[in-house]
Amino acid sequence: MKTKTNGEARIGFYVCHCGTNIAGVVNVAAVAEYAGKLPGVVVSRDYKYMCSDPGQELIQTDIKEHNLNRVVVASCSPLLHEHTFRTACEKGGLNPFCFQMVNIREHDSWVHDPGDPATEKAKALVRAAVKRVALHKPLEVKRTRIHPDVLVVGGGIAGIQAALTLANGSQNVYLVEREPTIGGHMAKFDKTFPTLDCAACILTPKMSAVAAHPNIKLWTYSEVVKVDGFVGNYKVQVRRNPRYVNEELCVGCAKCVDACVYKEEKFEDEFNEGLAKRKPVYLPFPQATPPVVVFDPDACIQLKTGKCKKSCLEACDRDAIIFDQKPETKEIEVGTIILATGFRTFDAGRLPQYGYGTLPNVYTSLQIERMVNASGPTDGHIMLKDGSKPKAVGIIHCIGSRDNRTNRWCSRVCCMYSMKLAHLIKQHTGAEVFNFYIDIRAPGKGYEEFYEKLQEEGVHFIRGRVAEVADWPLTKEEEGKLIIRVEDTLAGFVRRIPVDMVVLATGLEPQPDAQEVRRLFNISCSTEGWFLERHPKLAPVSTFTDGIFIAGCCQGPKDIPDTVAQAGAAAGEALSLINAGFIELEPNTSYVVADDCSGCKTCIPLCPYNAISRDEEKKKAVINEAICKGCGVCVAACPSGSIVQNLFTDDEIFSEIEAVLG
Amino acid sequence: MEMKTNGWQPKIVAFFCNWCTYTAADLAGVSRMKYAPNIRIIRLMCSGRLDPQFVMAAFARGADGVLIGGCHPGDCHYVEGNYKTLRRMTLLKRMLADLGIEEDRCRLEWISASEGDKVKWVVNDMTEKLRALGPLDLPGKHKEWDAEMEALEKEVQTQQEGEPSHVH
Repeated sequence: MKTKTNGEARIGFYVCHCGTNIAGVVNVAAVAEYAGKLPGVVVSRDYKYMCSDPGQELIQTDIKEHNLNRVVVASCSPLLHEHTFRTACEKGGLNPFCFQMVNIREHDSWVHDPGDPATEKAKALVRAAVKRVALHKPLEVKRTRIHPDVLVVGGGIAGIQAALTLANGSQNVYLVEREPTIGGHMAKFDKTFPTLDCAACILTPKMSAVAAHPNIKLWTYSEVVKVDGFVGNYKVQVRRNPRYVNEELCVGCAKCVDACVYKEEKFEDEFNEGLAKRKPVYLPFPQATPPVVVFDPDACIQLKTGKCKKSCLEACDRDAIIFDQKPETKEIEVGTIILATGFRTFDAGRLPQYGYGTLPNVYTSLQIERMVNASGPTDGHIMLKDGSKPKAVGIIHCIGSRDNRTNRWCSRVCCMYSMKLAHLIKQHTGAEVFNFYIDIRAPGKGYEEFYEKLQEEGVHFIRGRVAEVADWPLTKEEEGKLIIRVEDTLAGFVRRIPVDMVVLATGLEPQPDAQEVRRLFNISCSTEGWFLERHPKLAPVSTFTDGIFIAGCCQGPKDIPDTVAQAGAAAGEALSLINAGFIELEPNTSYVVADDCSGCKTCIPLCPYNAISRDEEKKKAVINEAICKGCGVCVAACPSGSIVQNLFTDDEIFSEIEAVLG
Repeated sequence: MEMKTNGWQPKIVAFFCNWCTYTAADLAGVSRMKYAPNIRIIRLMCSGRLDPQFVMAAFARGADGVLIGGCHPGDCHYVEGNYKTLRRMTLLKRMLADLGIEEDRCRLEWISASEGDKVKWVVNDMTEKLRALGPLDLPGKHKEWDAEMEALEKEVQTQQEGEPSHVH
């Protein structure tokens, strides 16, 4: 394609109304008139929606009719529409980098009041862009190859779904999970709202499919420890922690568990939320995937002291136990990465007024999930500490959610799972169930109907934030009971409701190591600690780092349908890159003007990517543009000014500085 | 917001990194946070691109304040560019102090992509501080100094021509 660029600048200027988003605050006609008088500007227009097809055609027609060789558009953020207008320039026959965008919406009209200062600011920013664009040079887009393999981090329902979607589409997937089994939180649930599907029935087939899939390499009990490279070409180190068992040989028969010198189960069972005990060697749950036992090095006598009679070794007829197994580091190359690292639940002990850990028969919602599960610690029976059935149960919503003292956000799933548990408790025990809520949030397909169904079932809903779960009776009826003290805000008075069991609907929090994980992968977190998406609406599973996608609750609280949808979206984004085979990179890399370089080597240690080397023969620095990421750190440090960053040259930035100041 | 005291308004030139602070400023916009219109943002890919000369140029061209925004330490999109900015700022601040430019006029802030409210707070706070400091007006001072130099030169010239000069 013919590209016009050189010679005297002939600039086309366009200011966008963005409906009233910009025009309601900035006097766009005045900006257009002002820009029309700036040096080099040949055409200056204001238009209602520059990003619309007619808006883009306007640019293309003007390029041809007025022989434009530069274009400036003043509209929204370049992070939103720079690509759109560059493409429009290219269609008009102009090199897409002979374009500059001015942000007068996010940085002006949306943050200032209507009037002269906002318009003056717009003019200053336009002045800078017009002055700068005259210095732009045509550039070529660089392409980088996309390695077709994908890394999925986290083996909950999000990671499982993403891995299966990719693997079914013929991609090789590495699925890395920190725990000994995949399944995540969903594997602990009994039923799922609002359809009351059995969680295991819908999850375990997917878990087995992951384990059996020829395109999926499943590494459980493993963690990502190092990530190098960039989109299309990531080099990742995965540490496989020793489970002291040969995964290839073990079939999960659990004979070693029976044979363990510990005849009693003595150690806290994490999978059952501390409601049960396990042995030092264990299978987390019957459908654990892979079906391979794991040794707890903090509990196993042989691993702790080396002095055990090792009856497990004798019991294993496949010789699968390896007591001297060491951590192993695997190095893999992938083109794209999907993070599905999930959440943790709020620690109910942080709110002592509700008695978790101090009063008997106060449980978290996840503990009740385990209790009501047929393969759980009580074989599916909801029971009090003394083994009897509760006659009245109180479920307290928003524990660690919508609370300025703990977490401000709504965890989105607690209203629905509380109602699900209310239904199950009533069904299993016939108890009276009271829900204490702030607002019922049931915004999903079939959710409101589920709420209505619960009301018809006779579950009580009391609107009010609970003050305290007390153990001091005032009446005979309250003796031996847990008393829920609450202001019933619909009835308008304070109530004391005696119950036998309290369920705390704990909210969702970012993983405790979310900050370390995001640093490892070079992505951002919101202030709350959830992984930050590139755009809340239009790029909800992308991150600011190309080739890294997020899915599920690591991005924010969400239910299973939304998680699965996001996992599919993330897999789709990865597939889109893989199918294209390459990605176009911003040509904002730097290069050395050899004639000006004094060979001082200042720049070499500054480059975080080791892209700069020294040509020993010529005694000059050389930048490998294939490695350069375009940060410009070396440019700013070069004492002789011999390094130039494309799109951010010294001249361009100095011209902007001069122009914004008038 | 109070506007126009004697018509003078502080002028702030800001250099924001593309990944954190520029995005935070976008977020402030999307969240419709109102802040002082005294700021002019120039986008850099990384705060590490900031050549101290950019700051000097901004002051020389009439800025009353310069604001630099980068990712929080440890969060740099380019691994460690913001540490290099910090290093440069330490030296630059000493130089600015020697030139008689008040400390509050040059400010480095770490603002992550999710901290739109911090953009608002920093811009408003800086505007207020600059308002209290008054104009820097380096271009005006340059003119004064040039005039003084010119006068001195003239004086030297007249002395060299052998004519006795008047004592001031």
